[in-house]
Amino acid sequence: MNKKNKIKIKVNGKNLLIVKDSSLNDLLIRLKIPINKVAIELNKKIIDKKKIKNIILKFKDNIEIVHFIGGG
Amino acid sequence: MNSDHLIIAKKRFTSRLIVGTGKYKSMEECSKAIKISGAKIVTVAVRRVNIQDKSKPLLMDYINPKKITYLPNTAGCFTSEEALRTLRLARNIGGWKLVKLEVLGEKKNLFPDMIETLRSTEILSKEGFKVMVYCNDDPLMAKRLENAGASAIMPLAAPIGSGLGIQNKVNIKIIRKQTKLPLIIDAGLGESSDASIAMEIGCDGVLVNTAIAKAKKPFLMAEAMKFAVIAGRKSYLAGRIKKNFLGSSSSPKFGLI
Repeated sequence: MNKKNKIKIKVNGKNLLIVKDSSLNDLLIRLKIPINKVAIELNKKIIDKKKIKNIILKFKDNIEIVHFIGGG
Repeated sequence: MNSDHLIIAKKRFTSRLIVGTGKYKSMEECSKAIKISGAKIVTVAVRRVNIQDKSKPLLMDYINPKKITYLPNTAGCFTSEEALRTLRLARNIGGWKLVKLEVLGEKKNLFPDMIETLRSTEILSKEGFKVMVYCNDDPLMAKRLENAGASAIMPLAAPIGSGLGIQNKVNIKIIRKQTKLPLIIDAGLGESSDASIAMEIGCDGVLVNTAIAKAKKPFLMAEAMKFAVIAGRKSYLAGRIKKNFLGSSSSPKFGLI
């Protein structure tokens, strides 16, 4: 796979190269994210997790994936 | 007494002790302390997933959200926008509507910014959230929060993590008198007697994190807090005697030899 087939996106503040036309679901599988334990924001909009297969990621997309951790 | 439960937003909880899940040495220690404390609600924070190191244990693997109610918080948020974003995300993780709102105003003392807190309470309530609000111990502001739709009023005893205990009992008592909402002391408790005092002045519950997590023996302190809350509550319901500056003997004078 050459670089031309890849696009740059940002996930949790870090740059990431992904294959062009990847869906948000593809990304979560690649990152091994347990979908039922996280919430996802795409370009500051909260994503309905049922629709992640239909969301195709674009160049410079900014994704935030959050979960619960210990806190007071 | 068995039916004397804590009721928040029409949900019933068998323990009046709410515990935080931060500052523990490990997830194992945290989950064991929670179990010992008997708490049925735990506060949790919303943070970025570490996408590079996934070896770290997940909170949900240690504390089952089906058995213990997660109370997502907005710790670390300094504006209404940040807090709203955090809680909307929390809701998206899995439908959490019961939340702890905490909008901080200043990094050193971690006091709440009440203007931002009030604004956030109004918006979140309209969006269907059940908002338990960390606030200062100002009765007027507590009333405003109630009017804005708060589900519980949670004044601080003292600065977060300070361990100083309730600094202004009078204000807490005034808030108690004026509201029928659950009143929960949030932040600043240091030892179990602080929790008992909160319960004895009529609070419905207490929220403790640092006092347990940072005690020399967290499990022992978790247990102490559990019993202190129960003792304080029973004492409150029992109705204390009137204070008297003169002695009143406990043995009858009749039949003295």
